[in-house]
Amino acid sequence: MSLAARHLEALGMPTLCLGSALDILQAGAPPRAVFVDYPLGHSTGRPFDRANQERIVRAALTAFEKMNAPGGIVRLDASWNDEAWRAAAAATRGDDTRMPRDTSPQYQTEDDRRLAEGRTQHR
Amino acid sequence: MEAVRYIDAITQRYASLGYAPYRWYVAGEAPPFAPLKKTLSRSRLGVLTTSGCYVAGQVAFHYKDDASIRLIPMDTPTDRLRFAHITENYLVDARRDPECLVPLTALRRLRDEGVVGELADAAISCMGGIYSQRRVREELIPQVEGVFRQQAVDVALLVPM
Repeated sequence: MSLAARHLEALGMPTLCLGSALDILQAGAPPRAVFVDYPLGHSTGRPFDRANQERIVRAALTAFEKMNAPGGIVRLDASWNDEAWRAAAAATRGDDTRMPRDTSPQYQTEDDRRLAEGRTQHR
Repeated sequence: MEAVRYIDAITQRYASLGYAPYRWYVAGEAPPFAPLKKTLSRSRLGVLTTSGCYVAGQVAFHYKDDASIRLIPMDTPTDRLRFAHITENYLVDARRDPECLVPLTALRRLRDEGVVGELADAAISCMGGIYSQRRVREELIPQVEGVFRQQAVDVALLVPM
């Protein structure tokens, strides 16, 4: 993501990364970033909470306009309330949680596969 | 509250499992910076999500350095959004409510309110778990750049998973 942001910015297109992994944002150093301290997988808010999602996206876009120096990371005022997720996210031992690397499309549901394959055949 | 240190945690976890260390992208120099040419309320916004989002009916992503993209029309109903990403464990909530990663309702509302002038017709989606930085540079990024140019976007919001 940071690679893409830096590339686009070098071409003259302003970018903003909205992410929830502060150290990964710091390492990649995108031109502008907004950090939301939520568990990974929730970069734009809590599930089923449209007000929260809108607040986060609005805050990010507002920051976008105000940031005028490269490499800034704005930390949003947002907390998940239940902090138990932090211990699991920071665990240094455990299983490999990545899926096996595979070159076949990984559909979320079998219905999706049928829909996509049907469409491909009729194209 | 100190932010979770993902790089340290993941590096140590995979070392303990006997894997070679994952090579995180670490920027070697300060980023380039392009000032906004006009206010956001007059700008056309493009969106890139690395969540592996696809729309029901599209071909899903695969898990081995898939550097392809999908276009997610901004008016897609939320219940048509799906995900395929090598780190599926982060998608539990997004599969219940995709808008915690792909906030189409919030974006449309902010457009309607005038916070942002226009939205591109479609968000760009890719699968973020690509281990080859070369493929990201040579295959993925040129596609993203091409679509953003075609969409004539002024600014881009990038949402990593």
